[in-house]
Amino acid sequence: MRIRAQVAMVMNLDKCIGCHTCSVTCKQTWTNREGTEYVWFNNVETKPGIGYPKFYEDQDRWKGGWKLDGKGRLTLRSGGRLARLGKIFANPDLPSIDDYYEPATFDKDILVNAPAGLADTPVKQPYSTLTGEPMKIEWGANWEDSLGGDTFEQDPNMRNMTEKVKFEFETTFMFHLPRICEHCLNPACVSACPSGAMYKREEDGIVLVDQDRCRGWRMCVSACPYKKVYVNHATGKAEKCTFCFPRLEAGQPTICSETCVGRLRYLGILWYDEDAVLAAASVPTPELLDAQRGVFLDPRDPAVQRAARDAGHPEEWIEAAQASPVWKLISEYRIALPLHPEYRTLPMVWYVPPLSPVLDAVGAAGRDDTDADDVFHTIQDLRIPVEYLASLFTAGDTEAAGGVLMKLAAMRSYMRARTLDGTVARDLLDGIGMTGDQVEAMYRLLAIAKYDERYVIPAAHTGQAAALEASMDSCSLDCEGGPGMGGATRVPVTISRRPPS
Amino acid sequence: MHTLIWVVVPYACLAVFVAGHVWRWRHDQFGWTTHTSQILENRLLRLGSPLFHLGAFGVIAGHAMGLLIPESLTAAIGVDEHTYHLVSVSGGVVTGVMLVAGLALLIARRFVSGRIRRVTTTMDKVLYVALTAMVVLGMSGTVVINLFGEGYNYRETISVWFRGVFWFRPDPALMADAPLVFQLHAIGGFLFLALWPFTRLVHVWSAPLAYLWRPYVVYRGRRTPAPAPQPAPAALRVVEPATPDTTAPRSAEPATTVKS
Repeated sequence: MRIRAQVAMVMNLDKCIGCHTCSVTCKQTWTNREGTEYVWFNNVETKPGIGYPKFYEDQDRWKGGWKLDGKGRLTLRSGGRLARLGKIFANPDLPSIDDYYEPATFDKDILVNAPAGLADTPVKQPYSTLTGEPMKIEWGANWEDSLGGDTFEQDPNMRNMTEKVKFEFETTFMFHLPRICEHCLNPACVSACPSGAMYKREEDGIVLVDQDRCRGWRMCVSACPYKKVYVNHATGKAEKCTFCFPRLEAGQPTICSETCVGRLRYLGILWYDEDAVLAAASVPTPELLDAQRGVFLDPRDPAVQRAARDAGHPEEWIEAAQASPVWKLISEYRIALPLHPEYRTLPMVWYVPPLSPVLDAVGAAGRDDTDADDVFHTIQDLRIPVEYLASLFTAGDTEAAGGVLMKLAAMRSYMRARTLDGTVARDLLDGIGMTGDQVEAMYRLLAIAKYDERYVIPAAHTGQAAALEASMDSCSLDCEGGPGMGGATRVPVTISRRPPS
Repeated sequence: MHTLIWVVVPYACLAVFVAGHVWRWRHDQFGWTTHTSQILENRLLRLGSPLFHLGAFGVIAGHAMGLLIPESLTAAIGVDEHTYHLVSVSGGVVTGVMLVAGLALLIARRFVSGRIRRVTTTMDKVLYVALTAMVVLGMSGTVVINLFGEGYNYRETISVWFRGVFWFRPDPALMADAPLVFQLHAIGGFLFLALWPFTRLVHVWSAPLAYLWRPYVVYRGRRTPAPAPQPAPAALRVVEPATPDTTAPRSAEPATTVKS
């Protein structure tokens, strides 16, 4: 066993109102530079929908992630090592910038400098930031917001449904899906990087691109099934969500978490066994969810704590792992699920699936959405919302997805009874196999969601503080065109100079 | 004059080539990239880039064959002049045409696509002009003189002079009577080498062959300084353990962040 720590996130989708605050603060922090106009390390999609970039979940088309070959061995869907080098001159699986969207800016001077007394209100014209020409804005990272547009019926997940989804006002459902890099345990982007510039940090599992060693082979972009590695077209290098590591190292939550007004994000540490990763990624599809849960180690198990100590993990981390909300949601309550486990990358951003589509369906069926039995029956009878959620979160296992929804519905009814008349609904507890204390703790974590319970982040080990401080005088990201705030204001020429470090 | 062109200039160019690479490697890792623009334009690149690169491999191999293998050696293993000529001209024309077609497509996309035009740097323009000049000169040598013309056996003059540069015994007299096209191509080649380290061509030296035997997932410690640039594949395999600093005093601060 090789025990490793992973910083992981869980998002509680029922609480996402789609306000995009996470996206905006992330963009302000990381991608407000030339070359990254189209890049959203964090974006919020409306589901059903084709997403950003368009149809990214369609792996028949983009060849992202891993698959099992004929002999049951794990291989990158886009091909092996030789095949990849053979495709290096033109990557056939690379999305075009039009699959994201053509970024635009506006000539606001026309408003500021408009003379007084004009007959018509001056209108600012959008200009492409790629060509500088006037353009028509026809797509964006959240074009389908709240089922806007007419593309949601093309959602690749719809192919897995046994019933055709009818988008009628009374019966339709939707929810928001915020997405960041998954910081996978078995990252396809890292595995596809020809120059070895991408790596997983030993201390916390954050997946990063070494900007100095990236040579712009752009294989990571196509290999990532979530399409969360991007090309900076000004610098010619790959960039991605950093999990805000400078903040995490200081014990602070990521900027998307910090600014989430719905308070739906949870951050914490997980212990996992690196030696179990490959096997977990290689099991047949129906076993994927359980296999992925199986690589995590119980932080309260003394044997695990001893192993962590022996492997040199700091005591703060061993303590923090025991209080990890992420561990509770994934492994103790078992209500968080990975996004598309069938990509076999072992993603480390998990989701508590939304109950709202089911509740919408309860209402549409003329039932009572406060009645637990009605909700349970809806979960069992109405295939559409559960099948859709299963396609996203359980590789199609409707029983697993339904089970999580049952827990959420049971918690809702249990707490309703507790609050309204103080009764303890034993039958509900028995149905989901949890204790009253557990359900109340789960309720507290999900609904009350106090700041210090949502984010349990040990600062970088104090023994490393000196080394970190030494690197403080110059920000390693703050180079010309680099991801720091001091990025270039124009397209850098081929030779760009870094300030001496 | 001959000494200047056929001795001084080659050595100066080689010096710039070496020193330029050392300087760029040490000071501009961030700029050391292919500068991919595939996400901005794929239609012409999809065809042009493989044609150009594969053609370039063939052309480089052909140059290595013609310049580095002495005529006496091929003669010794029973390859007569006619056979050699056939192989070199046919190979040169095929790979040359691929290179020309690929280069034409790549240049065309710089003009056709407004997005690409915007990200084209001055150095890119210089590089495209230089490449075009070299390819035109080289192709006219191969096609005009050796395919349709009376032919010129560069292996008795240019190749000998070229090898002499690396033995530190370059003989300028060998180049005096070469056809002008070959002269220009030869000296242009050295000038091109001098330009190389300052363009995106440096990505050639980062051809990721190590990927073939590297483990898929790379782990790297935060405290581990970045390995020396372009590490041996073995260096990537070594997972440096994050040595626990047991001597350092544990912080009295609580392990987790608490915000009131």
